[in-house]
Amino acid sequence: MIGLLVVSHSRDAAKGITEIASQMCGGKVPLRGVGGSDDGGLGTSVPHILEALKELLEEVKEVLILPDLGSAVLSARAALEFLEDGADRITFADAPILEGAMMAAVEASIGSPLSRVRQAAEEAHLLKKLGEEAP
Amino acid sequence: MDVQGFRKAILHMAETLQAQKEYLTELDSSIGDADHGINMERGFSKVVAKISETEYGDLGTLAKDVAMGLIQSVGGASGPLYGTLFMRISAKLQGKSEMDLALFSEAFDAGLQGLRDLGKAEVGEKTMVDTLTPAAQALHEALTEGENLSQGLEEAAEAARKGMEGTIPLVAKKGRASYLGERSAGHQDPGATSSYFLLQAFREAAKGHGEKE
Repeated sequence: MIGLLVVSHSRDAAKGITEIASQMCGGKVPLRGVGGSDDGGLGTSVPHILEALKELLEEVKEVLILPDLGSAVLSARAALEFLEDGADRITFADAPILEGAMMAAVEASIGSPLSRVRQAAEEAHLLKKLGEEAP
Repeated sequence: MDVQGFRKAILHMAETLQAQKEYLTELDSSIGDADHGINMERGFSKVVAKISETEYGDLGTLAKDVAMGLIQSVGGASGPLYGTLFMRISAKLQGKSEMDLALFSEAFDAGLQGLRDLGKAEVGEKTMVDTLTPAAQALHEALTEGENLSQGLEEAAEAARKGMEGTIPLVAKKGRASYLGERSAGHQDPGATSSYFLLQAFREAAKGHGEKE
């Protein structure tokens, strides 16, 4: 099984996105959402990411990280530097964070390998939510 | 340079940041979110508090504590970036209680590579890399010319200063400043500036060192 980690600048956004993704996959996929700085404001925290990664690595074989933007990417990459082992079991998705997390969760729930889960997340930007005759 | 010297360099860095906090904030308010000075000053103060109370048998453990302290207390992009710099440096200093110019240069290269891996920045994109890359080159040249650590760091700090000043006309390609596009030109990069302070701090700590080498 593949686990997912959503990394946002906002704790509420991370929580909400993982809730939606979790519902989409019927709660079958281990999901974590981390967001906000250590003092509770907007930002990202390497120690928080590190903690969530360690938890996920105990539960699943591999982990896909979905960062929102900018320093969320840097913080998540830095967390891998501080991980004693397991960094080779983690990869990143360059995806819209909400749609990407949903698609990845669905893909992971059917037991797909990491490469396929990542691809599903990255293809999420092609999703048409208004139909072909938008708007 | 031994554990005491390395500790002294970090202390210098914290003192410089304390004195230059407003200046960094001013630079960052032009092209960023005005938190670089505050973040860096707070982070290095916490690091100093931690490393001053700890006995270290080797430079690697000390550098690792610096890295851990920085990711725990510096927000934004700077924490991960400086944290990774020191983490990669610490790997090269594992089990070493003394470093000469060759080892410093090797560790510095590793740290710089860590930054590049993390931020994917190249020279000329108005980042820390613009200060640290010429400094790394200066260390290589000093090594080829058979200089000692103190001399090598004199030249590295000078190269870093030029690199830092060279960020003024550049258009930012990375981070928040890049959202400003052309408007980011004409301002010195805050990260490039704090990186110069770091080189300066190591130069100060190494002064007089190495004459006996």
